[in-house]
Amino acid sequence: MERDDLIEYSLDTHHSEEQGKLIRSKIIKVTVLLTLITVIEVALGAFIKQSSEAWPFVKWTFIVLTLLKAGYIVMVFMHLGDERKWMRNVILIPYALFILYLIFIALWEALAVGDAWSSVAV
Amino acid sequence: MAGQTTQLDSKTLWGGKESPFQTSYGKLMMWFFLVSDALTFSGLLVAYGFVRHDTLEAWPIGEETFNSLPFLGHGYPLIYVALMTFILIVSSVTMVLAVEAGHRMDKKGVVKWMIATIIGGFFFLGSQVWEWSHFIHGSEFGRIQLADGSEAIVKGHFGEIESFTVVEAGMHHKKGDVIKDDLMHTFQHAAENGQIHEGGMIHLHDGSLAKIKKAHDHDMELTIKYTSEGSKRKIGDKIEGKEAEKQYYASLYSGTPKVTYGAKWFEDGEHWLPTKNEYGPQQYAHFFFFITGFHGFHVFSGVLINILILIGAMKGTYHKRGHYEMVEKTGLYWHFVDLVWVFVFTFFYLV
Repeated sequence: MERDDLIEYSLDTHHSEEQGKLIRSKIIKVTVLLTLITVIEVALGAFIKQSSEAWPFVKWTFIVLTLLKAGYIVMVFMHLGDERKWMRNVILIPYALFILYLIFIALWEALAVGDAWSSVAV
Repeated sequence: MAGQTTQLDSKTLWGGKESPFQTSYGKLMMWFFLVSDALTFSGLLVAYGFVRHDTLEAWPIGEETFNSLPFLGHGYPLIYVALMTFILIVSSVTMVLAVEAGHRMDKKGVVKWMIATIIGGFFFLGSQVWEWSHFIHGSEFGRIQLADGSEAIVKGHFGEIESFTVVEAGMHHKKGDVIKDDLMHTFQHAAENGQIHEGGMIHLHDGSLAKIKKAHDHDMELTIKYTSEGSKRKIGDKIEGKEAEKQYYASLYSGTPKVTYGAKWFEDGEHWLPTKNEYGPQQYAHFFFFITGFHGFHVFSGVLINILILIGAMKGTYHKRGHYEMVEKTGLYWHFVDLVWVFVFTFFYLV
């Protein structure tokens, strides 16, 4: 039976030579950016000690830069930014909700466990 | 029910032709798989965070633990992992260029960039082999337990061992023999078993006793990572120079096992326990091997999948099909592997 309900969405993603040029220049820009972020991270990690007063600030800088890097990889390299809005949401929202909850509950609990241990040990 | 299955047409499905996401089935399923895989990795990293937060012993610091380069030795904090990160980012870029070439139906471009991606993947895997090997073998000084029970990691320049001169014969060696092979390995093995004694004497496997000829150590620095009951030292305290050498060698010559090199399985009574390691708590090495290993396994399978797709592209399978979506789907997987590494890099090496 001939199915008339299927659309070959895979064919919609083709683009021309001119569009390709624009996309490639965007890819190069993002590459340079990701490399720069990595260089900054390594420099901060190598020069600022964990015992220094600036460390909490550096730590959060790492986390923000990591999320920035992840954002560029997902949105540009994985083309999620070019997908429809609700496909993006279906992927990102459930994941973000679950992981934020998991991080909160696990780290909170870990601190409590650490306190409990330090009160019995030594 | 049988009646329904024959009515697969526009009226029974969306009620229209378009799917809500305007994406092919395969691509959407790849995304769902990646979400589930991302949950697995997040679970591992959160478990790592849990153990790190509840541990009383000082957790190893990335730039102190990973500061070596092949051929160049120590003193290059994080440079090697940064290089690995860069290799993976570059191979992600060549992958996205392959996808872009596919959208223009440029078969040559796809093949070229896929080959580059595969080479990048092999480079990353090779780097990881070196990284693991280095982690397992450890530093030249190892981790030392001091007289008061506290434990310290050691930095500095280890004076080269030149020879062992036998002074008391054993099963193999005669008195006066000069041994020049496998010195470092023999030395560390003896140190781990507490068989190095006052005045630089070493007990060899065969029961002979030898004098160690060794260049002087320089710039030795001990950093306390663990304190025991009754010790006045605090975590993070540093001992430098002559005092550091005195403390280190007092422990080394104590006749009991006080040193740990790298990360390995060790025997505790009748059980073999995994990974006592010089860097910090046992769990640190467990997580290191599990998380980087699980990620490395993803890279390995990614390389295999990329090779299959490369063969398909070379044979012209996708060209005949009219689109290169297979390249895009494997591309998603490959970028995901890069994405995971970004997080492993931050939470294992930086923070």
